[in-house]
Amino acid sequence: MISELFIQAVQMLAVLLLAPLLTGLVRRVKARLLRRRGPSILQPYRDLVRLAHKEVVLADNASWLFRAAPYLIFATTWVAASLVPTFATGLIFSWAADLIVIVALLGSARFFLALAGLDVGTSFGGLGSSREVMIASLAEPALIMVVFTVAMIAGSTQLSTVSAFMLSPEVGLRVSLGLALVALIIVAIAENSRIPVDNPSTHLELTMVHEAMILEYSGRHLAVLETASSLNLLLYVSLISSIFFPWGLADANAAPLALFTGFVFYVVKLLVSACLLAVFETSIAKMRVFRVPQFIGTALMMALLAALLMFVTRSL
Amino acid sequence: MIAETFSYDVAHMLAGGMLLVSFMLLYQDRMYGLLNTFALHAFVLSLSVAWEAYVNQSPHLYITAAIALVLKAIVIPTALHRIVQRLGIHRTVETTVGIGATMLVGIGLVALSMALMLPVTDAVDPLARQDLAFSLSILLLGLLMMVTRRNAVGQVVGLMSIENGLILAAAGANGMPLVVEISVAFSVLIAFMVIGIFLFRIRERFDTVDVHVLDSFRGERK
Repeated sequence: MISELFIQAVQMLAVLLLAPLLTGLVRRVKARLLRRRGPSILQPYRDLVRLAHKEVVLADNASWLFRAAPYLIFATTWVAASLVPTFATGLIFSWAADLIVIVALLGSARFFLALAGLDVGTSFGGLGSSREVMIASLAEPALIMVVFTVAMIAGSTQLSTVSAFMLSPEVGLRVSLGLALVALIIVAIAENSRIPVDNPSTHLELTMVHEAMILEYSGRHLAVLETASSLNLLLYVSLISSIFFPWGLADANAAPLALFTGFVFYVVKLLVSACLLAVFETSIAKMRVFRVPQFIGTALMMALLAALLMFVTRSL
Repeated sequence: MIAETFSYDVAHMLAGGMLLVSFMLLYQDRMYGLLNTFALHAFVLSLSVAWEAYVNQSPHLYITAAIALVLKAIVIPTALHRIVQRLGIHRTVETTVGIGATMLVGIGLVALSMALMLPVTDAVDPLARQDLAFSLSILLLGLLMMVTRRNAVGQVVGLMSIENGLILAAAGANGMPLVVEISVAFSVLIAFMVIGIFLFRIRERFDTVDVHVLDSFRGERK
């Protein structure tokens, strides 16, 4: 019991500590691809420390919601991230909640973020919130359909079970899985406000979505929000790798050495996905806001198709 | 047992891939992109038919696959490329309904064809069963494409994707030596229709089918 709790605590701390590193790595690789030197990988940590020491400046008409929202968003994202298998499956918390709960937690984080954007009443905040909700209204059904497809294949919505099933030879070749993977990647790009949908590195631009909502935040509130968005990126990377690339995942009851190997595998997966994300982002241009529904609609279509195709496979 | 499920999986993947390419055809709004996607459609079809031939050990299906590959993945797209170039219509394809709505209708059609085909073909062997279900949905998607496109090239591509769906069904119904003849006949028919529609279009626009008129028209556009 104690050791199970310990491993769960390790995972929770690991996701929290690795999240800014992942963000920093993506930024660094992107900078190198553009032939700039770029800031150090550790820069996000320094930013967070600097922000945490700064004074919070609040608008006069900010309500309690505006002050509570960053912590709520951070808490829901952190809980969701601790439920996804990163280096080991079958952790003690993972039996308490399945994929649908993770989707719901992310949904409530987005809800609070959109409310916080509207709270102060600036035009940028409202703009960002309305766009975020527009994107979410397509991305969330797509995510749910991906969850259904995966659940139909693996026979469970429990992520640990899904990972174990994906490792077994029963999986075979399935077109539904490929479709679900592409759909999930598109959803991840949209939800993390990466480039074709939103640009994470600009500030004060008319097309921004995520930045527009958190424009009024400062000091420790901003630090918490930045951590939450880094965590969100890490969460999606872990989700994709635990469903579709579960190689090297250790079991929670395994020996410490196996857990360590699982951890090394996880770090390698993070490195690879950071490089892939950076390459993808530098090779594509940002879309107009009104084309975004088409882009995410593709994800929804693919996820629906993946679920439909499941009905002509041998198992059902 | 493992070999059997593997062969089924590959067939499923190829047929599902074809269905996906059908959706890509619906989504494409650039002329050249449309033609390239159509070539991909025919290529996946020929792979699928060839796999069927390999699994069921029916060599005549290899001929069907070869015909699909040469005629529909190479010759017809190239010819259409040329026609599009000569007509100077390589701008966006006009669609009557928005792409999002078309996609949703397409998904609905796929669901419809599965709901229709799966109960009917309960007793058939699973490979033929899935081929029939997929081919009906590809057929319906082709029809949908013909309905939503106003451009003649788009309609021709829709028609030919219908025909690809038919060949998939024919290949799935194993032990049908007529398949070869049917596919050849259809291909000739399609080629005929391509020319026919274009002649109609040209005549409708210029009151003549003279190619010189086209040349002067292109000069005017530049």
